Amino acid sequence: MSLNTPISKVRGLGSAKSGTHHWWVQKILTIALVPLTIWFVASVVQMTNADYFTVRAWLASPVSAILMLLFIIIGLHHLQLGVQSIVEDYIPHEGTKVFLKLIILFGCTLITVASVFSVLKIAL
Amino acid sequence: MAEFRLPKNSTVKKGKYFKAEDGATNVRKFNIYRWNEDDGENPRLDTYEVDMDKCGPMVLDGLIKIKNEIDPTLTFRRSCREGVCGSCAMNVAGTNTLACTKDNDEVKGDINIYPLPHMEVVKDLVTDLTHFYAQYSSIKPWMQTVSPTPSGAERLQSPEDRAKLDGLYECVLCASCSTSCPSYWWNSDKYLGPAVLLQAYRWLIDSRDEATGERLDDLEDPFRLYRCHTIMNCTSTCPKGLNPAKAIAEIKKMMVERQG
Repeated sequence: MSLNTPISKVRGLGSAKSGTHHWWVQKILTIALVPLTIWFVASVVQMTNADYFTVRAWLASPVSAILMLLFIIIGLHHLQLGVQSIVEDYIPHEGTKVFLKLIILFGCTLITVASVFSVLKIAL
Repeated sequence: MAEFRLPKNSTVKKGKYFKAEDGATNVRKFNIYRWNEDDGENPRLDTYEVDMDKCGPMVLDGLIKIKNEIDPTLTFRRSCREGVCGSCAMNVAGTNTLACTKDNDEVKGDINIYPLPHMEVVKDLVTDLTHFYAQYSSIKPWMQTVSPTPSGAERLQSPEDRAKLDGLYECVLCASCSTSCPSYWWNSDKYLGPAVLLQAYRWLIDSRDEATGERLDDLEDPFRLYRCHTIMNCTSTCPKGLNPAKAIAEIKKMMVERQG
């Protein structure tokens, strides 16, 4: 039983003095992803029937490689911020929440680094 | 996890059936959520047949008729019966609204009435709004100034600045919007919800208020403000036709603006 006053529950630990950065970065990444996603989908559709060597050659070209790196890094950062928001929405338990946020961060970082490495290995 | 299913003792059972008086020709059914703490029973849905020829046009008229003439144990809040006090907010036909301004004719089929969603029920259609009001008081809904009060005069405001309060001052704090918001359902311990954020914005853009920065500081929080993901349930349910989602978006814009 809690005998705290209603206002003490609302005031809680006070304002975190953050939140805008997360929100604003996500909006900026969204804008960047619009052209990048169109480019990515268009490219993949165009190469539907292409063989392995054609796709490799395409990815090895500087323009494709650079756009692909941007798409991977920005897309996965966007994913990390978005999924973190979902966890904050639905997981009230502090321990579980911190654990899941770490998993998301580590997972997205790992996939980003592995994908960047793969692109560079082909392109360089 | 957030709760998606009702606990066993909260599932709604079939309730009593009250037939209309003999000779009634224009009968409609009101299905109303009933629960009280004292009998230890599950909530139930009671059905009342109401003779609409002897009933006023609004949902609240139906409720008052039921309480006066059919079942005096039915409990609900009401006061002004004209959409000004905000007391009779409840869920009618699946949408949060004020029973006093909701026309029975707008509802197709039976008129289903539940308390505001995801709130603790005190009795029947009465929910506990203690936390909601504490959240309202936490945003300091009064004018804060550092300049001395003008002696013998009001603090002046231009007509243009006054116009900025239109669409905000009309809010009657009925809690329809906040209790329609999933983010508020899951995180109302910290998320302030659309009603309180609309009120916060009402003071943020009041040209006479001098505490804008401090107010923004208090809202700068992943939960208090940023649980809003702009799904706009608040705006579509508001019985006063206001736009809390826009007010929240304006607060977020102010947050970005002050970053430079």
